[in-house]
Parts: sequence; structure tokens; C-alpha cells
Amino acid sequence: METLASHAILLPIDNIDTDRIIPARFLITTKTKGLGRHFFSDWMHGSSALTDARVLVVGHNFGCGSSREHAVWALADFGIEAVVSTGFADIFHANALRNGLIPVVVGPEDHEKLVTELETSPEQEVVIDFASRRLSCGSIEAGFTAAIDTVRIEDRETPGGEELDALLRQADLIGRHEAGRQPRVDTRKDL
Amino acid sequence: MTDPGTTLFDRIWDDHRVNAAPAPDGGPDTLYIDLHLIHEVTSPQAFSILRERGLGLRRPGQTVATMDHSIPSTPPGPDGRYVIEDPDAEVQLAALARNCDEFGVPLFPMGHENQGIVHVTAPELGLVQPGMTIVCGDSHTATHGAFGALAFGIGTSQVAHVFATQCLLAHRPRTFEIRIDGALQPGVTAKDVILSVIAGIGTEAGTGHVFEYTGTTIRAMSMEERMTVTNMSIEGGATAGLIQPDDTTFDYLAGRQYAPRGAAFDDAVARWRRLATDESAAYHRSVEIDARRVEPMITYGTNPGMGMAVHEPVPDPAALTNASDRRSAQRALEYMRIEPGKPLLGHPVEVVFVGSCTNSRLSDLRDAARILEGRKVSDTVRMLVVPGSQRTKRAAEDEGLDTIFKTAGAEWREPGCSMCLAMNGDRLEPGQLSVSTSNRNFEGRQGPSGRTILASPLTAAACAVTGVITDVRELL
Repeated sequence: METLASHAILLPIDNIDTDRIIPARFLITTKTKGLGRHFFSDWMHGSSALTDARVLVVGHNFGCGSSREHAVWALADFGIEAVVSTGFADIFHANALRNGLIPVVVGPEDHEKLVTELETSPEQEVVIDFASRRLSCGSIEAGFTAAIDTVRIEDRETPGGEELDALLRQADLIGRHEAGRQPRVDTRKDL
Repeated sequence: MTDPGTTLFDRIWDDHRVNAAPAPDGGPDTLYIDLHLIHEVTSPQAFSILRERGLGLRRPGQTVATMDHSIPSTPPGPDGRYVIEDPDAEVQLAALARNCDEFGVPLFPMGHENQGIVHVTAPELGLVQPGMTIVCGDSHTATHGAFGALAFGIGTSQVAHVFATQCLLAHRPRTFEIRIDGALQPGVTAKDVILSVIAGIGTEAGTGHVFEYTGTTIRAMSMEERMTVTNMSIEGGATAGLIQPDDTTFDYLAGRQYAPRGAAFDDAVARWRRLATDESAAYHRSVEIDARRVEPMITYGTNPGMGMAVHEPVPDPAALTNASDRRSAQRALEYMRIEPGKPLLGHPVEVVFVGSCTNSRLSDLRDAARILEGRKVSDTVRMLVVPGSQRTKRAAEDEGLDTIFKTAGAEWREPGCSMCLAMNGDRLEPGQLSVSTSNRNFEGRQGPSGRTILASPLTAAACAVTGVITDVRELL
């Protein structure tokens, strides 16, 4: 993906936690698909006209709290491809990259301008150019960072598949590490 | 040049790094995992990945499963069977049992003597030991850092990585010392200390960092108190929080089911004593907290950083200079239906929940019982007491704590996560206000439109008795 141009859903609140993205009662599932209908279940109530939005603009420290990857699955299933914030919580950030959802980090001043622009003109498209790391919306243009150089954006069909392949290729190294030490516990000792 | 020194974190990380040289800047290390804890909610999709890829579990003997999140907290019927009202939960629990059977993972199912909240039962069993790396698909895995283990929560795709390779790719975090010195005042607990820390540094200060809690206050704490502190590291943004192991740690571990025994235990203690931060070592960041000034804490907003001493007025969002902070604080108070500028003392409480991986251990139950003994839960309050594990439940019943709770009018329930995250039907009615010993006061965490005030077991029990927000020191 080089450029993403889309309507945006604006939720300019800091510290949006993963419970708000998807409440725990919807985690009673054994699948990764179909969670999009619970996206902000207790919050949005289907009021947004921008159901075609692929960009979400949020406040600082997005995705804090629970480690549930279901939060990322719900966003992706809803159709979100990039989340724009001034900062993300660690576990959410890593989970997002493993599922091809791109966390886009802009500076606080640019963020405030973007929020104002979208509040004034909610129909305005947000254009994110990943090659040049530039984001634009109406009259606003801003640089951003996104950790998509160090971790490859993953195929959405197999969450974390690239990393799993990378780890499997290290089987010899892992074996050598294990050979030099006793396991610290044996969970099967009393069975 | 003087030796820059090594932190406890560095010692554990480097001991578990599989790649010989540290990863180049920006690249992840391959980290070996000693113990993988799993539960029913975040594991099924990871087992599916193994099946799709035709992979097995590399080290089932370093993996253990318990049922905790979605199980009922109501007791089994006369036939010993638990009634699971939610058919989806039944499917999910059955999937865990089937997956553990197929892949050879030991499982503590409902009713098993070792069953409990994963972060309560694993330490009780001696599975958690100093210097280990421990992961779980659960952000409160940081709890185990109380033993000087590097423990953190992971997403479900990483659960699959650890299943298949006993390793994960991880970026080396920075270190953040939280130094806490001084004796605690009467009525002040480990929960008040950590709520005070998070109120001070905010909910995202720890992003990209691992906390190390140091200082005389931490040294004086029991293992259960230390676990309450490290448990909430993630609420300060850090995925892990460490405490250097000491005699308190070793005494706790001695004789536990999965801990080393005899000469092996002595050897282990000798090894564990080397797990320390050198005096010459530097942290990337440090803060100091004077524990003598910490008072009983409550939260007033919708993240754990929105905390204050129980008698203080609720901070006014209008006083915040940053527009984004102001917007968020205003929204939080609107949701909580709480007025700024006035204390919350005397504010009506509808539900009190004592439980969760933060505060459901024996010492927590003793604290709550100490307040309830000889008193009654207010007619206007529903109080649930949910022990963290079968072992804790038995120990509490051996001391008669269950009788104190039941006599006072509280519900004494079966071990599990219960109303901390409201997955199992234990939930607030819309709009209800709870005082909860759990770790998160997020919007809707304890049920849609439910409102949560976080507090210690002492404060929670005091509020249950009076039916309003109360300074527990008045009841001591």
C-alpha cells in the first residue's frame, strides 16, 4: 500500500482503551473474523455516516489497557486500515502491525490541526502517503512516523505469520539456547 | 572508564536472548520464554494457527492453562457440574480443554484444586520464579515481576509464536525506576501506593519501558502486596514491572508445588541472589515517591491515572491547560456523572466488588474481612467477594473469612475474573456505580454504562458498610 485516501472517523479522546474498542463480553469467541460489528459497541451506536471510512483519528495513548488482539481484529474487520494518533500503547501497537493495521504517529500540533479540520469538515478526506510519510487533509499537511520499516506489514489473512516464519527459521539457534540450560519449570511433573 | 553497571532487567533479558549479538538498532531480539501461561479467551485463535500451519507445541512442559475469564462465579450444583449460561462461553471453555488435550498442555479446569485467576494461581503454585521470562495473552502478566521475573502480556498471534518456537521477537524496552521509600500510614495499602504512582506519572509514562520498583516500602512488602503493585504496571503504560527478589521472595517459594526442592532449592536461591541491579547502573528514567504521604486512594474518572486521596476534591477539568487533556477529563466526568471541585465522600455506592488479579489474594480477603467483621453490608449495596483461586478460597474458608462475609451480607463466590471485566454475567446494571478492588475503571469495563471507582480492599469494604464513599480510617 503506497497511499491511502479515505474518509476518517474522528474520536479525539485520549487514552481510548481496548475495552472501549471491543468490550470483553464480545471476546467469547474462538475466531478472528466478524468482530467489526462490535467495534466501539457501547459508543458509536451506528450514528456515523462515514461507514466507508478506512482511517480512524484518535487521541493520545490509543489502545491502552488489555492486550486483547481482538481490538485490532475488530478495527480491521470494520475496514479500518490506519489509525492516526500522537502515540499508541505498546501492546496495541505491536498487535496492529501484525495484522496489517498501520499506526500513524503525528506531532501534537499537527494532530490538533487535523482534529479541528475534521470537526469543521467531517467529509474531508484524509490522504496518507506511506512512501513520503506525508499526511494531508484539506489545507493541512503533516509529516508522520510509522514503524513499517522495522516490521513488515503483515498479510491480514495470517496474523503474525511473517514473524512466525522468522522464528521458525531460528530453530537451530533456539535449540542451542535450550541445550545449555535446564527448563526452569516442568508444568507436567505431577501429571 | 567505570563499569556502567547492569540492571536487573538487563540481566534477565540478556540471559534469554537467543541471538548471540544484540539486534541492530530498530530490530527485535529473539527472546526465549521460560513459562507460557494460557487461558480460554486469548488462546483459541493461536491454536488455530498451529493447526493451519501443521505445527506442534515446542515445549508443552513449559506451558500451563487455567480457566478464569469467562467462567461463572456461582458454585457447582449437587452433581459437581458448573452451570454456564452463555453457550458461547461453553464453546470457548470446551475449546480450551480440547486444545490442551490435543497439544499436551496441563490444564486446571473449573473445580480443579489448582484452578484460579492465572496471575493468582501460578505464583501460589511456585511456577513463577526469579529470573524467568513469562508471557501470557493478558496484560496483567506484569504481576509476576514481583518475583524478579520478566513477565509481560502478549497478543494472540504471539501466543502462537511461543507455542511453536518457545520464543518471540521483541524490541528491547528502556528501564524506568519507581523508587518508593518510607513506612505506610494505617489504612494505606499496596493498592493505594500503586494508584498513587499512576496518578502521579499518568497512564502512558511507562510506554516503551519496563518498571523496576525499588525502595524501602517495596522491601517491607509481602509477596502478595508486591504482586498488587506490579500487577498494575500496565496501567502506567509499562508492559512489565520488576522487583528484585530477596528473602521475602525465597521464603514465599519454599515448599511450593512447582518450586525446586532440597539441594536444588538452595542452588536456585544462590542463583536468584545474583538477580539485582548494580549500584552503578543507570535507568533511562526515575521517579521517587514518599510513601509516608500516600493516603487511601480512589479513582474518579475513566482511566486508572484519574486517582486522588479519598477526601480530596475531584480535580476540575477547566484547570487543565492542554485542550486534549481537558476534553478527555470532561468526557470522563460526564460519563461518571461526577461533579468537579467537590470530594466524593458520601457519594452513594451500589455495588462493591472485592476480587481480580490485583486484589483477590488471602491478605486482600483478610483486609476486607477485618472491616466487615461485626458489621453489615449496607441495605443499598450488593457486595461480591470473589477469591482469586481455589487454593485462596480454601485458605480463606479455613480461617472463617467466608463466614464473616456471608454474615455481613456479602456474596462469597467461586474463583475467577468475575466482575473485573464482566465476561461471565457478573456485571453492573447500566448506570450503577461500583467500588472495585480491580485494576481498570474504563468506560463499560464492568458492564455497559457501568461506573467504576478503583480502591483497596479496605476502602471497598468500608464503602460496602456505609453505602457511600468512605475514608476507611474512620472505621479502623
